[in-house]
Amino acid sequence: MSIKKSLPFFLALIAAVVAHAQMPLPDATSILAKSQEVFFSAGADMKAKITMELMAAGGAKRTRILTMLRKNDGRNQKYFMHFHEPGDVRGTAFLVWKYPERDDDRWIFIPAVNMVRRIAARDSRSSFVGSDFTYEDVSGRDLSADTHTLVKGEKLRDTDCYVIQSIPKSSADFTKKISWIDKRTSLPLKEEYYDAQGEVARLFTADKIENVVSNGKTFPTVTKRTMKNVKSGHATEVSFTNMAYGVGLEERAFTEQSLQMPPQKWIQ
Amino acid sequence: MKNFPSFFVIFLTLVFEIRAWAEEQCPFQVHGFLLGAVSGRVTGERPPNGNGGDFVLGEERLRLELRGATPSGEAFLLVKGDGFHDAVVNKTHGDLREVYTGYAKGPADLRFGRHIITWGVGDLFYINDVFPKDWESYFSGRPAEYLKLGVDGLRTQFFSKWVNVDLLVIPFFTPDTFPPAERFFFFDEFAGVTNRAARTPANRFSNIETAVRFSRRVTDSDLSLFFSRGFWRTASMRPDNTAAPTSVTAFYPSLHVYGASLQRNFLGGVTSLEGGYYDSRNDNDGNDSAIPNSEWRFLAGYQRELRRDFTLGTQFYGEIMDHYGTYRQTLPVGFYQEDHFRGVASLRLTQWLRYQTWKLSLFAAMSPTDIDYFLQPEITYRVTDHLGTTLGANIFGGQEETTFFGQFEKSDNVFWNVRYNF
Repeated sequence: MSIKKSLPFFLALIAAVVAHAQMPLPDATSILAKSQEVFFSAGADMKAKITMELMAAGGAKRTRILTMLRKNDGRNQKYFMHFHEPGDVRGTAFLVWKYPERDDDRWIFIPAVNMVRRIAARDSRSSFVGSDFTYEDVSGRDLSADTHTLVKGEKLRDTDCYVIQSIPKSSADFTKKISWIDKRTSLPLKEEYYDAQGEVARLFTADKIENVVSNGKTFPTVTKRTMKNVKSGHATEVSFTNMAYGVGLEERAFTEQSLQMPPQKWIQ
Repeated sequence: MKNFPSFFVIFLTLVFEIRAWAEEQCPFQVHGFLLGAVSGRVTGERPPNGNGGDFVLGEERLRLELRGATPSGEAFLLVKGDGFHDAVVNKTHGDLREVYTGYAKGPADLRFGRHIITWGVGDLFYINDVFPKDWESYFSGRPAEYLKLGVDGLRTQFFSKWVNVDLLVIPFFTPDTFPPAERFFFFDEFAGVTNRAARTPANRFSNIETAVRFSRRVTDSDLSLFFSRGFWRTASMRPDNTAAPTSVTAFYPSLHVYGASLQRNFLGGVTSLEGGYYDSRNDNDGNDSAIPNSEWRFLAGYQRELRRDFTLGTQFYGEIMDHYGTYRQTLPVGFYQEDHFRGVASLRLTQWLRYQTWKLSLFAAMSPTDIDYFLQPEITYRVTDHLGTTLGANIFGGQEETTFFGQFEKSDNVFWNVRYNF
């Protein structure tokens, strides 16, 4: 076969390779990036009343009720949390200014002594208000901390999902994470966190997904989720109610004034 | 009428508030707790003429808290009061902890009543927090919130991008509460003198205390400036005769405090700096031994979460007396002489366990200049969302019985409380 004759063949081959490369081959990191965006940053802002039920293996149940406000500020985010229940933390409020590349600024307001203080909270694996969720679970783990691989596509409860494996680059409280990401909504439907023995230690499930309509836009939202400690049997179920996106939260809701005087309009 | 502006402001606020209440429906919330607390001295010593035997504290306490706000949040009120039975002497008391009504509009709010306020960045070391403390409560094992006492007056706050202002006008003086002789051992320069009088600042316009804080963020730091004009809250003692006193008068000299604080993220934790000048106005030269000299106070602290649910906080606090030479020269012979410099280092460790149902904590303070210490280990268990219990101890010690912690050496106590929130 002369070069001249084979040229069209080579051209076709090159074209095919290029075409293949240009196909939107989903890459694991961008799937997760999109997933984090819809899960943690949907809308310009968000308000929700959150009920956390902490269930011990023996059946004992504890409840935390809080209002959460969030506002996106470029890649930064601001969170305001005001506790309604239980009684020993009623009126306590947290303000978190979250930055992608450095430690968060966090403040707490303690109503009993009317005090606003900064708090040190470096370990994002610490429990969020005594629940099975860690700070990281609540606000998103840094994607560059893990190596992500798209394992396969799979149906989970009739929903087409990407299955992604994430391996921490440095020591973390899990050795491997497998995530099921809904292909359509990009929401995480299930996450398995493996321990050093290679067994599932913690299990996240999105139990209820609702379309929250705000200002004519539809936001698929996980309104009920559970994190279960498989080893101890302890689990935390979180329900979001009174949800709305893009409600126009003013900057003032994320300042010291708000800590001391919770914005009545948003926390009821 | 010099005070017309403040009366006018009060009047206007009340008018706005009544209007806001009348126009909107106002939901009220009632909450509170039941607290049973007991504390016993474990040194085997009992204060002479004490009224509690081995008990430092024994009480049943009911807290009721009423909170209300109009739906807009513009008008609000808070009533927080305790009724308690002191089981040690079988007496019942009331304690109005905090009560105010206020009005907020946009960036400003105004409140009248009794306010509990905490300023500054120290953990148990207060410099610019010039508000009254109840060390009796703290050292006898009541929950930490009882360390703070309310001040009676007007509070107004203004928040903006450039600066936040917190201003207090306090017409009625409240001193610190110190452990009483009936239940604690402590150092008393005039121990043998029984003829005693106390003189608090008179309720005069010229004695109205004021305190203001300006705060803002400056390059990722929380910066505050403080100014206050008031009185020392620890009593000064003036004997009729220093050589052979027969009577002693307790009084509260004038005090101005100027200071600043800074708090920011640093090395994965939070660092805190605070300083202030205590300007003892009635003793500017330091030659009246009955009145504390002016002094500098400073504090440096660092707090960091070392690992999951485990936090370490450490501080160094210092006081430097002004005009120390004059103080030494004018101090009557035989009187306890303070050091030029007093420093205290502290450590706080906090560990949460089992989904934050268990909290283990230790506060330890040690003074290398006074050579004394204070330890407060504590275990808290939240049995349910409503019920919690705390077991802890206050342990004091020191080389001398004249230093702040050392004087309480014979008052070591173990405390236990049970609290039901509703």
